Amino acid sequence: MAAMTPTTRHPDTAPDTRAPDTGAPARTPARRPRPGIWRGAVLALAGAYFLIPLVASFVFTVHVPGQGITFEAYTELLSADGFTKSLLLSLGLAAATIALSLLLAVPALVAVRIGSPRLRPVVEVMCMLPLVVPPIALVTGITTVLRWGPEHLSRTPLYQTFIAVQNEKFPVVLVLAYTVLALPFVYRSLDAGLRAVDVPTLAEAARSCGASWPYVVLRVLLPNLRASLAGAAFLTLALVLGEFTIASLLGFRPFAVWIVSISGAQARMSVAVSILSLLITWLLLIALSRAGTTPSTAAAAPATTSRKES
Amino acid sequence: MSSTTDPRAADGTRRRRRGPRTWLATLPLLTFTGLCFGIPLGAMAYGAVTRTDPASGATQATGEHLARSLQGPYLASLVGSVQLSALTALVGGVLGVVIAQAVVTSRSAGLRSATLTASGVLANFGGVPLAFAFIATVGISGVVTQLADLTDLGWNLYSFTGLTVVYLYFLIPLMVLVIAPALDGLRPQWREAAQSSGATGRQFWLHVGLPVLAPSLLGGFVLLFGTAFAAHATAAALVGGSVPLVTLKIADALSGNVLTGQENVALALGLDMILIAGLVMAVYLPLQRRSARWLR
Repeated sequence: MAAMTPTTRHPDTAPDTRAPDTGAPARTPARRPRPGIWRGAVLALAGAYFLIPLVASFVFTVHVPGQGITFEAYTELLSADGFTKSLLLSLGLAAATIALSLLLAVPALVAVRIGSPRLRPVVEVMCMLPLVVPPIALVTGITTVLRWGPEHLSRTPLYQTFIAVQNEKFPVVLVLAYTVLALPFVYRSLDAGLRAVDVPTLAEAARSCGASWPYVVLRVLLPNLRASLAGAAFLTLALVLGEFTIASLLGFRPFAVWIVSISGAQARMSVAVSILSLLITWLLLIALSRAGTTPSTAAAAPATTSRKES
Repeated sequence: MSSTTDPRAADGTRRRRRGPRTWLATLPLLTFTGLCFGIPLGAMAYGAVTRTDPASGATQATGEHLARSLQGPYLASLVGSVQLSALTALVGGVLGVVIAQAVVTSRSAGLRSATLTASGVLANFGGVPLAFAFIATVGISGVVTQLADLTDLGWNLYSFTGLTVVYLYFLIPLMVLVIAPALDGLRPQWREAAQSSGATGRQFWLHVGLPVLAPSLLGGFVLLFGTAFAAHATAAALVGGSVPLVTLKIADALSGNVLTGQENVALALGLDMILIAGLVMAVYLPLQRRSARWLR
């Protein structure tokens, strides 16, 4: 008990700290063992609920009834039709989304810190609004806009743009939509990073040493933001790799859509790919939580995971 | 608000003049969100309240789509989504608090960091992979279904109950993440102070614990509700159309294999969703700000 009360004022009253315990002897000792039991039961049940699906999925992929153990679902993956293509598409989309969202968010957030604090609420609201809009509602709007192309703009140069953003090989429209979805996470991660750095002082110091503004941002501020930049990039990568709703409704076929498309014919392989994609995402996120050593970025990481697509 | 500003913010304001027209740097971001977020949303809202005659091309305002989105199967899907989200948020919230309390009171640093890391990871376990993991586990030919003869017990994964069990898989960890810092905020000293003033455990929770936790609890519930409400991929990969959910109805209407004119109903449904989600966030954000006071 005493160990839990670091604010005990009198270090010389060690016997006194036991007083509350002895003061209520009937209640306190009787209560002590109970939390241990319910805690163990709660944690065991929770552990079972969260572990069983993972273990069972793995068993499902390697155990074929009547044939025994086989790892075919994993070994045949690489040669599976569409696997490489859809994975590469997803990775490409993720890289483009990360680049675009950081290019948009970093200058804006740095500027808000250094010189335009009055714009801060505007930037924050703009970045957080996508949280309010479910992805499926956003996609209804996107399809409407994309239909304008053929309907109203077929004789204008803009029409070519509409065709280009829907290019099957690299659908730019998905990058734009994903960047919108990723903005809240990128914003929170960067904002937490910037909060931990005294940006105005750093910038001022660099400026008085004669550094140009681009130099200040690239060589002084960004290195200080490395952890939160990495965090933003990881979260965006996880989001894009798992995204299904927008891509499937717009008719594209990145990784998550491909998994669903093979599930009918190759159930075992679709589960195997699901497990693998989970493992990859988890490794990324664990790496992220390890990287975020400062309390502010560590606190930001859980908050930013809160609205990934599900 | 004042509780979240740090002392350095004052410096930022004082040195404002140092920046050479820094607001220019925010333009790309604001322009981008205006174009890529504002235009689709505007198009959705516009389409939800107008009708274009395909022959003449004339557009007129109408409440027809919104009215239809609140009738028949569409209304049923909205109600189904709200029911599922409320149920999963409630169950997930309670279980999340119980687990978080078990971890926080154990005072084992290892257990605590393991649980929080696992929660951060599991809260991200949404979408398609989650659906397939559950199909492989408790689906028709799933491993546990076969082992435990669940089908004979009346278990069906592709139902409202099944979906609830699946959603809880990412909602409970989310609640643990949200509520653990708040439970930490309940200092043991407060409980000891209450005890030495003669308060019973019940009195402590009634007059100290719950009032302190209330904003976080409500905020967590609302966040869970919003997450479950917006979820589409899990349900789409799992149940297809057998459970009425608004996200599935929108997807059906958008993919075009229904009567013409349904697209505008999809837009109206999207608008309904945003209104509900907006209400949810309007409750959540102030609560989060309030509870931030206890998280220091």
